Amino acid sequence: MFEKIKEFASEFFVTGDPLIYGADVGIALTLISIVVVLTYFKRWGWLWREWLTSVDHKKIGIMYIIASLLMLFRGGVDALLMRTQLAMPDMQFLEPEHYNQIFTTHGVIMILFMAMPLMFGLFNIVIPLQIGARDVAYPFLNSLSFWLFFWGAMLFNMSFVIGGSPNAGWLAYPPLSELSHSPGVGQDFYIWGIQISGIGSLMTGINFIVTILKMRAPGMKLMKMPMFTWSTLSSCITIIFAFPILTVTLALLFLDRYLGAHFFTLDGGGNPMMYINLIWMWGHPEVYIVVLPAFGIFSEIVSTFSRKKLFGYKSMVFALMSISFFSFFTWAHHFFTMGSGANVNAFFAITTMIIAIPTGVKVFNWLFTMFRGRISYKSPMLWTMGFIPCFVVGGMTGVLLSVAPADFQFHNSYFLIAHFHQVLIGGVAFGYFAGLYYWWPKMFGFKLNEKLGKWAFWLWNIGFYVCFMPQYFLGLDGMTRRVSSYGWDMGWGPLNLVSTIGGFLMGIGFLFQVWQIAHSIKFMERDTTGDPWNGRTLEWSIPSPAPVYNFATLPQATEQDAWWEEKQRREQGQKPAAQPPLEPIHMPRNSGIPFIKSFCWFVAGFGFVFDWLWIAIPGLAGVAICMLIRSFTYNTDYYIPVDEIKRTEAALRGSV
Amino acid sequence: MAQQPNGSHGAGGHGHSSHKGHGSFKSYLIGFLLSIVLTIIPLVAILKDLVEGTAALVVLLVTAVLQFIVQLLFFMHLNEEDKPRYNLMTLIFGLVIVLTIVAGSIWIMTNNAVAH
Repeated sequence: MFEKIKEFASEFFVTGDPLIYGADVGIALTLISIVVVLTYFKRWGWLWREWLTSVDHKKIGIMYIIASLLMLFRGGVDALLMRTQLAMPDMQFLEPEHYNQIFTTHGVIMILFMAMPLMFGLFNIVIPLQIGARDVAYPFLNSLSFWLFFWGAMLFNMSFVIGGSPNAGWLAYPPLSELSHSPGVGQDFYIWGIQISGIGSLMTGINFIVTILKMRAPGMKLMKMPMFTWSTLSSCITIIFAFPILTVTLALLFLDRYLGAHFFTLDGGGNPMMYINLIWMWGHPEVYIVVLPAFGIFSEIVSTFSRKKLFGYKSMVFALMSISFFSFFTWAHHFFTMGSGANVNAFFAITTMIIAIPTGVKVFNWLFTMFRGRISYKSPMLWTMGFIPCFVVGGMTGVLLSVAPADFQFHNSYFLIAHFHQVLIGGVAFGYFAGLYYWWPKMFGFKLNEKLGKWAFWLWNIGFYVCFMPQYFLGLDGMTRRVSSYGWDMGWGPLNLVSTIGGFLMGIGFLFQVWQIAHSIKFMERDTTGDPWNGRTLEWSIPSPAPVYNFATLPQATEQDAWWEEKQRREQGQKPAAQPPLEPIHMPRNSGIPFIKSFCWFVAGFGFVFDWLWIAIPGLAGVAICMLIRSFTYNTDYYIPVDEIKRTEAALRGSV
Repeated sequence: MAQQPNGSHGAGGHGHSSHKGHGSFKSYLIGFLLSIVLTIIPLVAILKDLVEGTAALVVLLVTAVLQFIVQLLFFMHLNEEDKPRYNLMTLIFGLVIVLTIVAGSIWIMTNNAVAH
């Protein structure tokens, strides 16, 4: 009996690597301390009522951001482990097998479990406030989206201590990801983790499209919307058309692995290249999904901190929407070398070059917005200034890669690695950091410390160039991606060492950000104005943090930068328009179903990963029961009475 | 939402006086009959070997497209939408994407020298 348990455990848990044992201990201690703290301070009920069951978009946004920062930590540690190995390739710091797992999880986590939730977090916090709404269109669905993402991410992350991590690269190309080449459970964790959180992403896309189209403040025409709202709309449109492709592709891969189908196998009429073709139909739009909102954030910040209206509003809208359209027609540039001939490659090379044009338009719009503006270099603006040169260089190396014949040289070399890190860190990460610094006072009611923020910014920015500029040259010197070791005679050692130093500089930058947050929570003054940056859009017209119903009376927004214009009128001595009398506010009720149902999905996914139907079936049954219960729940909303609104408003605005 | 004329919570659909009904008994009945007929035609045609080869393919595709249109008009009420017609726009964009996926994949894979 004991022997059997021991044998089972040695396969069930990942064993043999001291790094993993260290992680085991770390995870156990963290879980124990969370339980102890919650029990000691009697906070379980609070956690359940105020957070886990909340359908308030502001709280869901905060939970998204916390989760994504944890994932940033995990993905960042993965990156530093890889860089350490590459700086000392003969030290056997990471076994090749372990190295494969780490570059796979690094990629998946950074794109799907860091960038996406950080983006959704900002959508949640900003969009309803910015368009003058009281919540998103479907608050229950919103909560469900978050918990599906959360439990999907947990399922994926579990793989590194239980069962073994996926190791076939972040897009899991077959035949490597097929049962014949990856018999373990790692790839199944990959499929189920992404599928479960993918449903959540799709629902968020639908939710925000409806919110933006249907719930704008009276008077806010489409062409008066703030630019971040536009960028969210374009990103969500891309989501709802791209994510189903991912779901179907991974479902086919699952059928191959689970039921012995032959969609992408080498035998039985399957074709692995079809997978590559399909996954990039999602994969290419995906990079625009994550970067478009960053463009929106920069537009807001540039305009606010230059004290000027955004230059070229209409061209900006046109650029955003055309990018989300054209992003569906460039996918084959990820596999120019697959051998589809000159005609196919020429077509996709040209579409790729075309899509660079609207992006270039945007850069000029930001520059002209700053031109003759009164620029103040606060943290959000600093990240924006760091972004522009970084993204321009990254974009231009992208155009180099789009030249199909030349791509045969660059393909899968470190040149490519440097390129996409430059656009993803320089564009996406810098963009969301800028957004976090910008909207932080709206979320929590205080700014983040500027001095520590400057340290973090410069460490990240310098670290970035030190890390990735050498990689362009490594790529041209012939170093391919995903190698865990190389001989000294290749001459790659010095550049790799420099690159690793840069990686650690960024790591220190992240530590400064953590310190900055902790320090600011303790020492920063509360912002009582609700408008610490002298903002331009509606979210700055209400107190920070916003009350649960956001707007006591719905604002009128008849012009672009509505709040800025209102402030100008008040400065000129005009009285603000008389507010209509308060009315009871219709709000959605909290619900525990999203949390429980997503957990059931997690259980079902776990069962399928290990092919244990006795776990998978109860999990799926739980999902079905949750759906039934929700269908027969009629008490889903309530009204906040006028007295309570008056009291809340007096408490929030009384101190102003 | 009491104060929000152009918005509604998915959860609290009741109490909307402006919420007009979709379709009538007659239109649902017509839609139902049409979709049944359009299901039976290809089934019988193929199972009874009435058509073969290219002709069978054409019958299948034509009835499928007609079925799609019947469902959209009679059950999804695509023609009853107020302006701006977001549902129609989304549908058209979706069709463009589907066409791109199918035609693009066929084009790329038939040109693929390695796949043959």
